[in-house]
Amino acid sequence: MMFVPGNNPGMMADAHIYGPDSIMLDLEDSVTMAEKDAARLLVYNALKTIDYGDTEMVVRINPLNTPYGRKDVEAVVKAGVDVIRMPKTETADEVRELEAEILKVETEIGRVGETRIMAAIESALGIVNAYEIATASKRMMGIALGAEDYSANLKTNRTPGGAELLLAREQIVVAARAAGIACFDTVYSNLDDMDTFRKEVELIKTLGFDGKSIINPRQIEVVNSVFTPTEKEITKARAVVAAIKEAQAKGSGVISLNGKMVDRPVVLRAERTIALAVAAGVIDKEEVL
Amino acid sequence: MNVKNAVAGTLESGDIMVNIGPGEGLQIELQSSVAAQFGRQIKDLIAQTLEGLGITDAHVEAIDKGALDCTIRARVTAAAVRATGKDVWKD
Amino acid sequence: MRNSKVVTLEEAVRRSGLKDGMTISFHHHFRGGDKVVNLVVDKLAEMGFKDLKLAASSLSDVHKPLIEHIKNGVITGISTSGLRGELADAISHGLLQEPVVFRSHGGRGSAIASGELKIDVAFLGASASDELGNACGVPRSENGKSICGSLGYALPDARYAKHVVVLTDDLVAYPNLPAGIRGADVESVVVVESVGDSSKISAGAIRDSKNPRDILLAKQAAKVVINSGYFQDGFSIQTGTGGASLAVVKYIREEMVRRGIKASFALGGITAHMVKLHEEGLIGKLIDVQSFDKVAAQSIATDPSHVEVSAVEYASGQHTGSATHALDIVILSALEVDTDFNVNVLVGSDGIIRGAIGGHQDTAADSALSIIVCPLLRGRIPCVVPHVTTLITPGKSVDVVVTEYGIAVNPGRPEIREKLEKAGLKLVDIKDLAAKATSIIGTPDPLPFGEKVVGVVMNRDGSVLDRIHCIKD
Repeated sequence: MMFVPGNNPGMMADAHIYGPDSIMLDLEDSVTMAEKDAARLLVYNALKTIDYGDTEMVVRINPLNTPYGRKDVEAVVKAGVDVIRMPKTETADEVRELEAEILKVETEIGRVGETRIMAAIESALGIVNAYEIATASKRMMGIALGAEDYSANLKTNRTPGGAELLLAREQIVVAARAAGIACFDTVYSNLDDMDTFRKEVELIKTLGFDGKSIINPRQIEVVNSVFTPTEKEITKARAVVAAIKEAQAKGSGVISLNGKMVDRPVVLRAERTIALAVAAGVIDKEEVL
Repeated sequence: MNVKNAVAGTLESGDIMVNIGPGEGLQIELQSSVAAQFGRQIKDLIAQTLEGLGITDAHVEAIDKGALDCTIRARVTAAAVRATGKDVWKD
Repeated sequence: MRNSKVVTLEEAVRRSGLKDGMTISFHHHFRGGDKVVNLVVDKLAEMGFKDLKLAASSLSDVHKPLIEHIKNGVITGISTSGLRGELADAISHGLLQEPVVFRSHGGRGSAIASGELKIDVAFLGASASDELGNACGVPRSENGKSICGSLGYALPDARYAKHVVVLTDDLVAYPNLPAGIRGADVESVVVVESVGDSSKISAGAIRDSKNPRDILLAKQAAKVVINSGYFQDGFSIQTGTGGASLAVVKYIREEMVRRGIKASFALGGITAHMVKLHEEGLIGKLIDVQSFDKVAAQSIATDPSHVEVSAVEYASGQHTGSATHALDIVILSALEVDTDFNVNVLVGSDGIIRGAIGGHQDTAADSALSIIVCPLLRGRIPCVVPHVTTLITPGKSVDVVVTEYGIAVNPGRPEIREKLEKAGLKLVDIKDLAAKATSIIGTPDPLPFGEKVVGVVMNRDGSVLDRIHCIKD
């Protein structure tokens, strides 16, 4: 997920050419108070006009308790955004408030239920409530960590190793998995230190995250290379998937590979490997079906 | 509609800076890096956007740095909202 | 001093027998730092000359004083590879009565060699010369003031002009050898305060581009090179100087190291990047018609396998021995490419001249694989269009076009298409690229061209390719 400032038309026009899975146009922290109105109009018109292809379009709105939040919801729902990212989420009630606001606008334009929600958790309270937030709405597609506010809230600083974020990251992954939704890690801001960035991406992949937030197209390649399964992993996963198909064809509930029974977790992991390989463009979708 | 002086947009590449002030009828002055190919269309779009907002009397000065239509529409609307104090969104 | 070749500029002009109506020539190795054109034309104006034809290898922003000389009738005709800045703008609006004749570097070399372009007096700046006129583009004493490296574009002038005047800011004792300009071809040597500002020879920033779009374009272009079938041990390559072209070299280098592949030579405008690969042992020889930065200029001064070649040896279409005939891969830029793969590098999409043909026509025609790298859009200006504003390089010599919205292969090269597809590159139809551009920016209004012809574009074989009309305000 690539962050793009919502008041920068030059960057908004071609952010999708770098091939991020999703683009988050930002109306919150990257836009000054004096420019909130102009950025909202820019994002609205861009979403309505620019052909972003298959890229999932996300807009980070201002919190509903600011003078901007409700207008942001109206504008981006009317523009047909895929996902609204809710900043600084702390309780399930806040999610339900946003849901009601979205429903109001959707009803007005006759497009009910299309807009999904992603909650960014950026405080200790939010982390404590992560599971309730993750299950607060059927529109909830994922939760994400916002590490700058979170570490400030913890009264600590961000470090290259990320020890201060460990609990929050694990809590978010666990809550997302329990709720059956996606989870995304925070941004890494030092563009000149690609090595530390790579280590961080490797760490969060190991923790179980589905993706990483990025602030520059140059970071995409690192994320993709870490998340793309190796050829060996893909070959193994294909064998498992083939075994599943064979078992289905036989009407057998037992899946076996090389004479051994394949456990359920192995099946799930193989399916995820294939999904990641398809997402990374390493193998064709048609090929798998 | 009463129009005060207001401005929106920047001089960054891909953007357009729109100044709106009081005027009689719509007067549009445009400086553009793509004036030869798109000047006529940009002026039309500015006029059309303002008319859509009910503004028929205004003096507009726009400095365009190769903005796309969606950006021009957004910047003209933002300048108009600031000039009239009347937002396009519900309160 | 025994030798009487060393004289003042005025005396050199008098000796040359220059008359009104004659043709004078210059090179552009100092690019934006050139001081010779303005110095000499000012002097000729002061001496009362009129109706001179100026044959430069190229002209740039720094030559805007020529506007006054054109208005005063001192200069009445120009031939060049390119025009930029205020001079280009004025000419595009019809300043000059006679159309400017645009030739590629190879085309100019062959036109001079064949006598089609006759030069009466060549005024050639050099960073060092001895009193006999043996002259070069690198300093040869501790008093040296300037450096431009290769003098490749000046060498046909030195050899074929009726009269040759060398201007230098470092007169050294004979023998200043080896030297590209040979004293036997030189009639006069003039010592001047400065022939050029060497800090301005750089065509672009040497640091790596951090522009994400340049990086994307470069990576895609590198993939095309690597999977084209021509990327084999002993291959040869030429690149341009834009951010994307420089970055391509970086990604190709990584793959050369990984596969253990070396290039036999790099050609053309030589950059610091190419010098680096050469010094690492990844490129055998540097064949240099023009040094694009100070690092390259210094390298040619000291490295025997960094070789100066003339424009004729570099890229003449009429000389089978020219280096472009041995070139495998060339990576070029473009202002516009059209759906027939025709390229324009000379006239902006506003109808105003703002570029140079350079070696574009020559290298695209002779190389085994020509790759054009350009963004689909520059702001609201489209680079892939239905028809180029001005035809510079015919589509039949253009093989692959790389944009941020996809890679298009010329239908005339199905074998390249097959190789790239096999490597997993997603290819698009060039018509779809043009349609994509239109869908984003809309359809531009036709340009307000007038009747008057302000430029004639020559093909490298001496035929006329296109005419440039004046633009109205």
